[in-house]
Amino acid sequence: MNRWLLWLPLVLFGLFFAAVATGLIMPKDNIIESKMVGKPMPDFSLPAAIEQRPALSSADLVKGKPTLLNIFASWCLPCIAEAPQLLELQRAGVEINAIASRDTPEDIANFLNRWGNPYARIGSDTTSRVQLELGSSGVPETFVIDGKGIIVYQHIGDIRAEDVPKILKLLEDAK
Amino acid sequence: MIAETGLIALWLAAALALLQFALGAIGLRAGRQEYFAAIRSVTVAQGVFVTLSFLLLIWLFLRSDMSVRLVVMNSASVKPFIYKFSGTWGNHEGSMLLWVTVMGLAGAFIAMFERSLKQKTLVATLAAQAFISLGFYAFLLISSNPFERMFPVPADGQGLNPLLQDPGLAFHPPTLYFGYVGLSVAFSFAVGAMITRDVGAAFAKAMRPWVLGAWIFLTLGITAGSYWAYYELGWGGWWFWDPVENAALMPWLAATALLHSVTVLATRDGLRAWTLMLAVVAFSMSMIGTFLVRSGILTSVHAFAVDPERGSFILALLAIYIGGAMALFALRVGTVKEGSRFELVSREGALVANNLLLSVILGLVFIGTLYPLLVEAVTGEKLSVGPPYFNLATGPLALMLVAVMAAGPLLRWRRDNPKALLNRISIPILITAAALFALALFTTGMSVLALLGLALAIGVGVASFAPLWKRNLRRTPLHTYGMVIAHFGIAVALAGMACESSFTEEKLVAAKPGDEIAVNDWTLKFDAIEPVAGPNWTALEARITAQYGDGALHQINPQNRMFPAAQTQTSEAALLTRWNGQLYVVLGDGDSQGRWQVRVWWKPFVTWIWYGGILVALGGFLAMIGRLRRSYKQRKQREYAEAIV
Repeated sequence: MNRWLLWLPLVLFGLFFAAVATGLIMPKDNIIESKMVGKPMPDFSLPAAIEQRPALSSADLVKGKPTLLNIFASWCLPCIAEAPQLLELQRAGVEINAIASRDTPEDIANFLNRWGNPYARIGSDTTSRVQLELGSSGVPETFVIDGKGIIVYQHIGDIRAEDVPKILKLLEDAK
Repeated sequence: MIAETGLIALWLAAALALLQFALGAIGLRAGRQEYFAAIRSVTVAQGVFVTLSFLLLIWLFLRSDMSVRLVVMNSASVKPFIYKFSGTWGNHEGSMLLWVTVMGLAGAFIAMFERSLKQKTLVATLAAQAFISLGFYAFLLISSNPFERMFPVPADGQGLNPLLQDPGLAFHPPTLYFGYVGLSVAFSFAVGAMITRDVGAAFAKAMRPWVLGAWIFLTLGITAGSYWAYYELGWGGWWFWDPVENAALMPWLAATALLHSVTVLATRDGLRAWTLMLAVVAFSMSMIGTFLVRSGILTSVHAFAVDPERGSFILALLAIYIGGAMALFALRVGTVKEGSRFELVSREGALVANNLLLSVILGLVFIGTLYPLLVEAVTGEKLSVGPPYFNLATGPLALMLVAVMAAGPLLRWRRDNPKALLNRISIPILITAAALFALALFTTGMSVLALLGLALAIGVGVASFAPLWKRNLRRTPLHTYGMVIAHFGIAVALAGMACESSFTEEKLVAAKPGDEIAVNDWTLKFDAIEPVAGPNWTALEARITAQYGDGALHQINPQNRMFPAAQTQTSEAALLTRWNGQLYVVLGDGDSQGRWQVRVWWKPFVTWIWYGGILVALGGFLAMIGRLRRSYKQRKQREYAEAIV
């Protein structure tokens, strides 16, 4: 056997180590923001995703007080991880609206039954068209929107427990 | 005082591990016999102290000592006894202590009972084992002290994650840990053998029971985990290709490969370098698995104890152990003599095919699991890899593997005749072809993979008994029976998987009490919905009467549970098991008009998946008993012969 070949496992392991170490060291929120941050919400109107909650349009987000717009999907595991934090925000009096991305009514209903429903309104975005217009590339993402419909902040990925105070403060500042 | 005593015992055990390592390292370098004798007793002492420490932690949990932070965070005084007990390891610190305890016990066991290995290799093995343990001791004592006190003392604890409050899950993590630790022992053996360049049949025979033991526990752990996910998460699926499931599957794949290659090494003294590499890889996979779960680097439903700092610590340990072992491999294996050779068509050839297929599957699962991480590191984009990739990438290879599994045991060692093999396996091939034909003709909507899988499962189920054909069954060694049962178990599990994926019927309805739901030949009558209460939860329970055809009536009660202490809701599915499948009913939320979401599945032969897993583990167990008994007899005979001389 070629002697150099024997070092191959170590080299492969080195590659794995490098990839994982970068993943660990890289701050999680160091992600390119949506170009829509600081701009008004694009116009949209989405049908209701489930019977129990009303539909969502951009007009619903211009009501004078800051709100959260959460983009989620029943097929998304991180969305399950952030469900308790969204419920906590809702209990803190935050109005949370949602866009369900590429989903079916049954699955959404099931997801919300299972993990809790913090949403005031849920629009169904079966083709991700609105999601893309918002400059969101995945689920879950959460936008902080001030009372005039301006996007103040974009949170990419699941909201962890430690993110909750920051989001509450952003909502407070947006008043 | 209990907590302090536990901490002292832990420090003592750590000091003994350091001594154990030093004795081994210095003893081997200087060739000092008296060090070799001392290392055995030190190893046993380390095992005793670390066990004491772990028992004291269990005691703290059973007493609900709310002055200890770990108990506060993971237990509550109203919790049922069994979950206080299992709460000990249902958290990061406790599970690390459990890990190092099992490792200490394994070391003590080797020190007391291992007689066939060369002394130097044994000493090197124990030193390697101590070195691994030291990392975990450092981890526990520096950053995850399980005995840390809390002040002021709170009135009650926060409770265990409700998803983990399940009898099956109480024993799922320790089962996997026993598996991981068994692989760490195999790893230590491999490192020991590489240090002394003593790689041969004796080494393989000493290592094999540990690999087998680890593999049995991993098999059981994965089977139990899969069943838990199936009935507790309420999604009706049994495997999600979730990163944490993959983290448990990868060591199993590596251990399965190792189990087969170590047999070649023990029987024919072949595949020396490959077996060493697999031993290193198998342990790497269990460490990587632990790392992925604990670091939270991949988001998963299983990430119960996520902490990036701990992740860095485990990653550092990983780098030292695995990097070190792989460097040692590169330096030493060139000087290990090549083992004996064999022809392509032979038992060894089939086992090599098994190893290659398993390794490729392992590689594909590994890449799929880490791909999101890699992409995020390079481009910053977040994505996830799901079942479509894994099923398509690994399914066909797994089927090939199952086919090889049927043929392998029918081949002779060293060299065989392809025509003779074809002769021996002709009946199973005919059965597979007939099954394939019948399924294609009489069923609709089966995917190609499921179709092939089911036909193959039927043929292989028959073929797995072929090694017993024309043999004197009373003189057939126990480990052959073990192999037959394990291979049969694979066929059973495969049949279950194929049936579940092809023939499952599902219905989601919004039902009022009084409504009827029909699925397959089942009729479900939704009688009522009532509140019920358990020790630490309250629930809404549906009273449903299920009837199969005109058969007997069965009362089933799916629940929607609320755990106030943790503010979590879980759904308790109701299962009704028949020989030919399982009825699976989940209760969802209600709406304002008095309707409730009820989801019903009829899953034909789904239980075979787990029965198969249990058969596989049972086969492994028989093989281990058979091997241990044989080596014990051989040792007795050798000792007797020596006594006569």
